[in-house]
Amino acid sequence: MIDSKTKLCELRDKWQAAFENEKARILVCAGTGCVANGSLEVYEALKKEVEGYGDYVTVDLIIEENKSGVSVVKSGCHGFCEMGPLVRLEPSGVLYTRVKAEDAKEIVDALVNGKEPVERLLYHHPTTGEIYKEEHNIPFYKHQNRNSLGHCGVIDPEDIREYIANGGYQALGKVLTEMKPEEVCQEVIASGLRGRGGGGFPTGQKWEFTRIAKGDKKYVICNGDEGDPGAFMDRSVMEGDPHKVVEGMAIAGYAVGADEGYIYVRAEYPLAVNRLKIAIQAARNHGLLGENILGTGFNFDLKIKEGAGAFVCGEETALIASIEGKRGMPMPKPPFPAQSGLWGKPTLINNVETFANIPGIINKGAAWFKGFGTEKSAGTKTFAITGQVANTGLIEVPLGITLREILYEIGGGLRDGKKFKAVQIGGPSGGCLTEEHLDMPVDYDSLLSAGAMVGSGGLVFMDESTCMVEVARYFMTFTQNESCGKCVPCREGTKRMLEILERAVNGEGRPEDVETLEELALAVKDGSLCGLGKTAPNPVLSMLKYFKDEYIAHVVDKKCPAGACQALKGYSIDPEKCKGCSKCSKVCPVGAISGEIKKPFVIDADKCIKCGACVSSCPFKAIKEG
Amino acid sequence: MNAKNTVIIDHKEVELNGEKNILELTRKLGIDIPTFCYHSELSLYGACRMCVVEVEGRGIVASCSTPPTPGMKILTNSPRVQRVRKTVLELLLANHDRECTTCEKNGNCKLQELANRFGIKRIRFGERDVKLPIDDSGTSIVRDPNKCILCGDCVRMCAEVQGIGILDFSNRGAKVVVTPAFNKNFSEVECVNCGQCSAVCPTGALVVKSETEKAWAAIHDPEKFVVAQVAPAVRVALGEEFGLPAGEIVTGKVVAALKRLGFDKVFDTCIGADLTIMEETTEFIERLQKGEKLPQFTSCCPAWIKYAEHNEPELLKNLSSCRSPQQMFGSLVKKYWAKELGKDPKDIYVISIMPCTAKKFEAARPEFTTEGAPDVDLVLTTQELARMIRETGLLFDQLDIESFDTPFGFTTGAGVIFGATGGVSEAVLRAAHELVTGEAVEEVNFEAVRGFAGLKEATVEINGTKIKVAVVHGLGNAKKLLQDLKAGKADYQIIEVMACPGGCIGGAGQPISTDPEVKKERARGIYNADKLSQLRKSQDNPIVAKFYEKWLQKPNSHEAHEALHTNYSPRGRILGEDIQLLSSRRKHKVDVAVCVGTCCYLKGSYDTLKRFMEKAEEEGIKHRLNLHATFCLEGCETGPSVRINGEVVSGVTPDKADQVFAEIVEKLPENHRD
Repeated sequence: MIDSKTKLCELRDKWQAAFENEKARILVCAGTGCVANGSLEVYEALKKEVEGYGDYVTVDLIIEENKSGVSVVKSGCHGFCEMGPLVRLEPSGVLYTRVKAEDAKEIVDALVNGKEPVERLLYHHPTTGEIYKEEHNIPFYKHQNRNSLGHCGVIDPEDIREYIANGGYQALGKVLTEMKPEEVCQEVIASGLRGRGGGGFPTGQKWEFTRIAKGDKKYVICNGDEGDPGAFMDRSVMEGDPHKVVEGMAIAGYAVGADEGYIYVRAEYPLAVNRLKIAIQAARNHGLLGENILGTGFNFDLKIKEGAGAFVCGEETALIASIEGKRGMPMPKPPFPAQSGLWGKPTLINNVETFANIPGIINKGAAWFKGFGTEKSAGTKTFAITGQVANTGLIEVPLGITLREILYEIGGGLRDGKKFKAVQIGGPSGGCLTEEHLDMPVDYDSLLSAGAMVGSGGLVFMDESTCMVEVARYFMTFTQNESCGKCVPCREGTKRMLEILERAVNGEGRPEDVETLEELALAVKDGSLCGLGKTAPNPVLSMLKYFKDEYIAHVVDKKCPAGACQALKGYSIDPEKCKGCSKCSKVCPVGAISGEIKKPFVIDADKCIKCGACVSSCPFKAIKEG
Repeated sequence: MNAKNTVIIDHKEVELNGEKNILELTRKLGIDIPTFCYHSELSLYGACRMCVVEVEGRGIVASCSTPPTPGMKILTNSPRVQRVRKTVLELLLANHDRECTTCEKNGNCKLQELANRFGIKRIRFGERDVKLPIDDSGTSIVRDPNKCILCGDCVRMCAEVQGIGILDFSNRGAKVVVTPAFNKNFSEVECVNCGQCSAVCPTGALVVKSETEKAWAAIHDPEKFVVAQVAPAVRVALGEEFGLPAGEIVTGKVVAALKRLGFDKVFDTCIGADLTIMEETTEFIERLQKGEKLPQFTSCCPAWIKYAEHNEPELLKNLSSCRSPQQMFGSLVKKYWAKELGKDPKDIYVISIMPCTAKKFEAARPEFTTEGAPDVDLVLTTQELARMIRETGLLFDQLDIESFDTPFGFTTGAGVIFGATGGVSEAVLRAAHELVTGEAVEEVNFEAVRGFAGLKEATVEINGTKIKVAVVHGLGNAKKLLQDLKAGKADYQIIEVMACPGGCIGGAGQPISTDPEVKKERARGIYNADKLSQLRKSQDNPIVAKFYEKWLQKPNSHEAHEALHTNYSPRGRILGEDIQLLSSRRKHKVDVAVCVGTCCYLKGSYDTLKRFMEKAEEEGIKHRLNLHATFCLEGCETGPSVRINGEVVSGVTPDKADQVFAEIVEKLPENHRD
């Protein structure tokens, strides 16, 4: 039981010393991505290997007996998911990539016997071929500032002592002993932190609104209902550094006058749920949650509410309805949750990453935080980079960085040297940006003015082979499925936008669709009840803004310039290349190809079902697609 | 800073007077902003997005959920506003079964009206792509999900005003539907047929079941002697259908119209009401003297009765055993008057004209029959009668008035006020003292029980005993009162419950109106009719006295009990829904069903069920059981109920679970208890 700030500091020093006493530690990434790739087997193999050397000692023993040795620890996500399973060595900082269980022997042998790291497991740059020994030198990491992700991949998320040893709960101790609630709110306002869940509302102001709201009971809610396709920032924080979220929430509780909090996590994140449960229990056991925290008289406790995974439950009023056991549907605002939220009480609701930024701001000060990012978009932001980029994964960069830096410096450019076409930012609520935006700063306001949004931070990079109409259709399918169905524009409008887009990719587009789609998109944007509906047309609108020609090509010329839409593909035989071998006409399942032997064959476009069988059958590459 | 408490609406400065939202403010200014989902008596929903306005600096907002703040600049008809409204209408119409000409709501449909108002002439989107089944399983309401625009008015009406909540949303995105639990039909759930859902439905998705064809068939059948009875609330509302003001008393025209339609006799349900007062007051006095089954609840409202049967099995004994005025009337006609006429009850066809949709259900209850014939053959709502009158081409407002026929035509003011909330109580109060003491009551106006407050109370002294009366209307208010009663926070001797807000004048069979003033006008009409009556007290009705003399002896006599009273039994809330938990294909097995309906659940049946599951595991007989959770075994008072191989065992509280489980095990042959 930690009953005072002094005790907290003592323990920090004690455990820090214990960890420093370790000879070395092997951190195996146990984030969802690496686990799926077999990192748990790697962990078991490494553990066995180290035990074989006889000086494997568990972390517990190190602390209790101040023994020195090599430990093997499961950590949270390192972010470089593309290269997983990842194994990181401390204190050397060596990062092994794509590790398999059978590599364990070599890894441990090199570590224990002071040999050079296993070269073939080190990161090889795909284009330059350069080999990187330490994690922080790899371009993927070099351009990042991992603040909120600072502990992810570095500490064992299931051991509160590691968090405390790394300065954990110091910020909570500081606010409880040195700051008044209004000062905490002021500090957060001064930091310029804006909501990391999408909207970008100034966090400090939200806190202040909730603080001054009248109410005998208030709540703090952490929104962990991350639902954008391809986004996993919040999951990684919850899995990799759950105590930071807990600490951020407790600080918020103190600042706004709440004694109870909820973490709303989707049930599809079982690992996050489990780690949060462990963290909450450990914090309770150590007196960092519960009653009279650190002997200051402040009470705060947390509950986890598992959501069923509806995208709309990321909308705060729908999320609150869901916690209350109702159908997850948004309510009109006002009243805002800060006035009347959970069970009608003033409620502060922030995203996971927002809370994870709080301890840093309190410990290092608002000025430190403002040192990152731009004037209006302070701090660092995590992004999940996916799509046709070489290095997919989770990154944290200062806001204001350009897309070009993210794509080429961190992401390593597009796969297979293909040409960049567009990047989808902010998931189904965001929009796509093009070549012309690559040097635009990535911050809340610049993105918004370009028709996209930071959103929760998903970045999907697309190359020239991507059809932008198809991308818009994909996101529209998602929003239509995830619409709660409450308000007319979102429920019916997304359905009809999808219908129009489906017509386009199926070659059934009508010329008047161009105008109808745009008008519908604008009405849905204006008319919808909640953020989900208001932003649902963004992928369509940005497609119409930047790729209108491509859309017109679909509906008017019935062509897909990217050659991606199957229904719009046309096949023809190049008479120059065709030798008249008849192979293609033999494989054609509908008899659409005819001709005389040794003379160029022809495809009857009316009969052709665009299956593509002829293309692969032709030994002379005479059949053209497109 | 804007020092003035004003906003600018459409470039005009307007003062604020505490309006809750912009919509309310614009209505005061004579701008009828369209909406489907805003109703002042329901909670804010904000889903239809028709009421959007443009606010400078904030863009498009829903006027229903945005409070006006000083200095706001609002445009109610900007191009952006128009675009949203027209798009919403077009989207709704695209997904709507547009069979307008054959729709029950044709001419009375909000969607139709707004499409016309906005001049929507073209739908650019596809047609509705699914055809969902229509639910006409119930007696009263037909639900056509293909016409639903998902405004949620019915959902909120049922849950918030009526406290029932049989309707809710299910599914997501474009697949969302409003439906009873488990996609059941109305007839399989605890719907009380009050029809308030249909009264707020802006389209033809929820409509009153129309039975005018049956009425015509009977009228045109030479073998049938067709008799009408007209409920009190009809006479102050029917005129609305023909352009007359709400609340205007059109009794004489209703009688004239019915005769012109071809009814053989036209009678007044109020005589049934007067009889009810005699019976119910006598019953109350007896209970009061014995000090039992108090408070006594009124039983005139069939929706309330069904609500109680579903939800309050323990209170059923407290309900007055009196049939409703409609059924008392029907019973007398078929049991006694038919004999006087020398007719077979089957040949007399009784059609009630009611403000109520639940009356259709009541008339169909199997207990209300005479020699196999229903006491009331058909119930038509005010709306349906209006349609029949229109069909004939009669100019209702120009009809010469006529009088009710004898013998069921003479009534008192006490019978008439049954039509408004508080009326039954007031009529009882006019009678009680006199029936106990024989002294005539001078003051007949009991203002305390009139009006539209959710709960009204009055205390009167009858022969030295203080009687506390409570009046509630709207089942949500009744639910609250029952909770207080059970918690010991309320104490009454008489409780009047009417399911519909405002009482029968607010019935779902009445002409459709969402204007709250209309109900007030109808109530005014009812009390005017009372004031104009020669006699104001049921006990003064000479015809009623004659009925007792000729047929019934005296109130609560054996004869009266046979003809005018009934009894109630608990009803399950969801029919035919079992949840299979364990299933066995073995030859030797035991079938066990545990009731998890409300009453049993509250007594711990869910824990009993869990214990059974554990025991089945422990004893290794999981594969020998067919274990279900079921919704009602209709043994509500003695629950938790468990059905073992068809036999219902009562009182299986969690502490008795092990003992009962042992009995289950014993049903298996010895060698099969492996």
